[in-house]
Amino acid sequence: MKDISLPHLNYAALAPMLILFGVACVGVLVDAFAPRKARYPIQLVVALVGLIAAFVAVVLRAGKVTAENAITAAGAVSVDKPALFLQGTLIVLGAVALLLIGERALERGGPFVAQAAITVGSDADQRQAARESGATEVFPLTIFSLSGMLLFVAANDLLTMFVALEVFSLPLYLLCALARRRRLISQEAALKYFLLGAYASAFFLFGLALLYGFAGGITFAKINESAQNGTGNITLLYAGLALVSIGLLFKAAAVPFHVWTPDVYQGAPTPVTSLMAACTKVAAFGGLLRVLYAGFDRVHWDYSPIIAAIAVLTMLVGSILAVTQTDIKRLLAYSSIANAGYLLVGVLGNSALGLSSVMFYLVAYGFTVIAAFAVITLVRDADGEATHLSRWAGLGRRSPFYATVFTVILLSFAGIPLTSGFTSKFAVFSAAGGGDQSWLVIVGVVSSMILAFPYLRVVVMMWLSEPGEQTPSVSLPGMLTSAALVIGVVITIFVGVAPQPLLHLTSEAANFIR
Amino acid sequence: MYLSIMTAAPLLGAIVVGCLPRSAGRLAKLIALVVSVGVLGVAIAAWLKFQPGGARMQLTESYTWVPAWGARIGFGADGIALVLLGLIALLVPLVIIASWNHAETDSRRSVPAFFALLLFLEGAMIGVFAATDVLLFYVFFEIMLVPMYFLIGSYGADVPQKQRQYAAVKFFLYSLVGGLFMLAAIVGLWVYGGHTFDWQTLANEEFSRTAGRWMFLGFFIAFAIKAPFFPFHTWLPDAGGAAPAGVAALLVGVMDKVGTFGILRYCLPLFPEASRYFAPLAITLSVVGILYASLLAVGQNDLKRLVAYTSIAHFGFIGIGVFAFTTQAATGAVLYMLNHGLATGLLFLVVGMLVSRRGSAAISDFGGAGKLVPVLGGVFFLAGMASLALPGLAPFVSEFLVLIGTFTVNKTVAVIATLGIILAAAYVLWMIQRTMQGKLNPSLTEVSGLRKDLTGREYLVVAPLIALLLVLGFYPKPVLDVINPAVSVTLQTDLGVHDPAPANNQTEAGK
Repeated sequence: MKDISLPHLNYAALAPMLILFGVACVGVLVDAFAPRKARYPIQLVVALVGLIAAFVAVVLRAGKVTAENAITAAGAVSVDKPALFLQGTLIVLGAVALLLIGERALERGGPFVAQAAITVGSDADQRQAARESGATEVFPLTIFSLSGMLLFVAANDLLTMFVALEVFSLPLYLLCALARRRRLISQEAALKYFLLGAYASAFFLFGLALLYGFAGGITFAKINESAQNGTGNITLLYAGLALVSIGLLFKAAAVPFHVWTPDVYQGAPTPVTSLMAACTKVAAFGGLLRVLYAGFDRVHWDYSPIIAAIAVLTMLVGSILAVTQTDIKRLLAYSSIANAGYLLVGVLGNSALGLSSVMFYLVAYGFTVIAAFAVITLVRDADGEATHLSRWAGLGRRSPFYATVFTVILLSFAGIPLTSGFTSKFAVFSAAGGGDQSWLVIVGVVSSMILAFPYLRVVVMMWLSEPGEQTPSVSLPGMLTSAALVIGVVITIFVGVAPQPLLHLTSEAANFIR
Repeated sequence: MYLSIMTAAPLLGAIVVGCLPRSAGRLAKLIALVVSVGVLGVAIAAWLKFQPGGARMQLTESYTWVPAWGARIGFGADGIALVLLGLIALLVPLVIIASWNHAETDSRRSVPAFFALLLFLEGAMIGVFAATDVLLFYVFFEIMLVPMYFLIGSYGADVPQKQRQYAAVKFFLYSLVGGLFMLAAIVGLWVYGGHTFDWQTLANEEFSRTAGRWMFLGFFIAFAIKAPFFPFHTWLPDAGGAAPAGVAALLVGVMDKVGTFGILRYCLPLFPEASRYFAPLAITLSVVGILYASLLAVGQNDLKRLVAYTSIAHFGFIGIGVFAFTTQAATGAVLYMLNHGLATGLLFLVVGMLVSRRGSAAISDFGGAGKLVPVLGGVFFLAGMASLALPGLAPFVSEFLVLIGTFTVNKTVAVIATLGIILAAAYVLWMIQRTMQGKLNPSLTEVSGLRKDLTGREYLVVAPLIALLLVLGFYPKPVLDVINPAVSVTLQTDLGVHDPAPANNQTEAGK
């Protein structure tokens, strides 16, 4: 036995994650010790400052990272350029989603329940619904989740990745259960997400064990090396890769591992949904890209057909089922599934172009989807958000400004030029076309056609229908939601009109170090 | 700088007008009119600057846009584009004048939004014809849909709301489906063409036969839906019937030309082999379109839908002219695009005047209306004659060129297409007879709108169009001089086909 020596830790590289873990812990302490009234402002400030600090750390690190100094913590973490780019993306998207989470102007006490443990419908529940402001635990939970995601996209071995997966998932399960309104479906969503997520984690863990059997190690370098040398049992390799991929595709909401998505998106408090739609996507695809590109680069001819089949299924099922939806949040859930399909198309580009196009897509989609959910939080009546599509009829007459904003967002989802939806679709499709996957491009295009229909239906609802008795008015957003909305829409249009800066960033970053 | 100004000015104008409050309707109209007249001025200047015998692409500009994709903001015009740019610049101010009171009286919706959408549409349409970068072309091709969608859906007057919604959605989805096929082809073009979007570079590129044919189909479907060719035409009667008349004039008069223009600019030069391969199919679709749409037009009872069907038939002629691959036919097709824009634009605008007076677009609601509004009836008659290509009016020249150009290479097609002329006479004359002539429909005397003949504003709208139809009917040479070089270079250099030698050579050249 060798002596156990302490691994060298490159603190500059780990700083963003350490900062966020620290901030989350501070958040827990604030909740324990600060007086009830002061908690909300303190938590909000602590969380935002922490995110800004972490972002600064990412930017500082991005200037210094090289192939030699990327791997640290005894090979467990690889803070290379893609990792830093994705971490930066996660932090910014997380901060914007946090603005929605922290909004309290729309509803007394904010979108979260004060004590989720109180039985729904009881007297105590009615009292807390009427009076008490929401739980401030949501802030440290969000930060914990984000820090887990940061680690997830930088993990250089499967075990670290698994730990990160759990760290970012568990707070999300909790957050889903904390809706102030419609608490039953919120709790149902959380339970579904938790149970299915637990299965997915188990798959991941099982695959990890098989891959350990194959390669005799769990780092991506080791797995890649074994696959290259042809040593080890090839069945274990394939089975392990399949099981690990299932775990990742579950988080990415790819068909057939998508069934949780509509229920969870609908049931979770809308700000949390926006966090999941933007950040979980980034983390899941960041992880998937690293596993496939860094760990299984050598067998990409073997997995490509399977991933391609999943991509086709995901695009078609997502877009076709989106057509039948009558609830705006479920519609966006299916749209998010279809978008996972487009991302998989980019993943199959299998080159630096594939990597950079997926990262580009993740940024573009993330900001647009947060803006979309921000608008949804605004359209409300006395019972909370009015998410049924029929309630949106004539919204363009009642509130032309927000209807215009939402129209821009929908056009972006539909891939109309001059929005980020077009440039990002073009990026992934051209990457796939360059990777000899022309038929995937055609399926992607067909699925975009189908998906355009439900978006268009919402536009018709808002503009071409007469407002009914039931049409809710749009609440005036508070500062935080306004900021989130403005950031989301401005980036949607900017990336659509002038994609070059972001393209430059992503192509600079497109190189994994294992 | 001409083309970028022509594109940017309406777009900026649209933003300014769109930000005006709803009460500032008058100001919105004025700004829209000033901008569109300004664009017309720039277009005239550009026309004067253009040298008919000069380089193929003139007035070129190029700015950095997305270097990572090799996409640039490139503008330029050949003779074909120049003619169509002129048509847009002319029609938009006329439509603005014709629709002066449309938004508040007929549809009771926001006035500034209406004019903002019109300007937005103008900028996008100019961009489509002026772009020399394939991605930029695609961008304008797609965003053009957005203002048109809202113009049809929100501002269509005297049509039930359900029908407007249906028409707007159908229009948008049809066009979007075509556009997305084109997007797939553009991705292919980018991948196989060496990561560039420059039209000239791509035109010099040789693609493999399979790739070329698939990409041709991607572009062709988009353009065939846009034009529209049979069997992709079903959206047009709905959209044309539901849109306000001025907007319908732009929709049919200009926007649909993007389809035939696109075929000439993109399909033929980029994929010459595939173009020759698919030409018989395209010609068949065109011929079927002529006959089918003409027959349907005969049976229509709705004026706007009738005019929309006549357009589909006319696009059949343009399609034949493009795919006959002779200089005469193709020149005729391009001239047809211009003349059709003038004639159908006029017809739609006049129909709009009639419909807004009567409050209904049904032919059976008219009858003998010429007795009440003789001048309007006369203009209507003239527009109808232009539409059926009466000699002396501009469309005759183009239709004749298309037919003789086709006759030299394909007699059968030319003969069948000639049947379309007879049908055109039938639908136009019947339409005029049933609305304007015969016994006065007694209910018409109670309609207050019909007591007023053409107003000064309306004279201003129809006069330039009538003048151009007459002038180009007798003296089309200035326009032909601009079109001809562009068409010859497209056919001979890009496509590699040559006109058959005149028949009196006896030897039947090429055999």
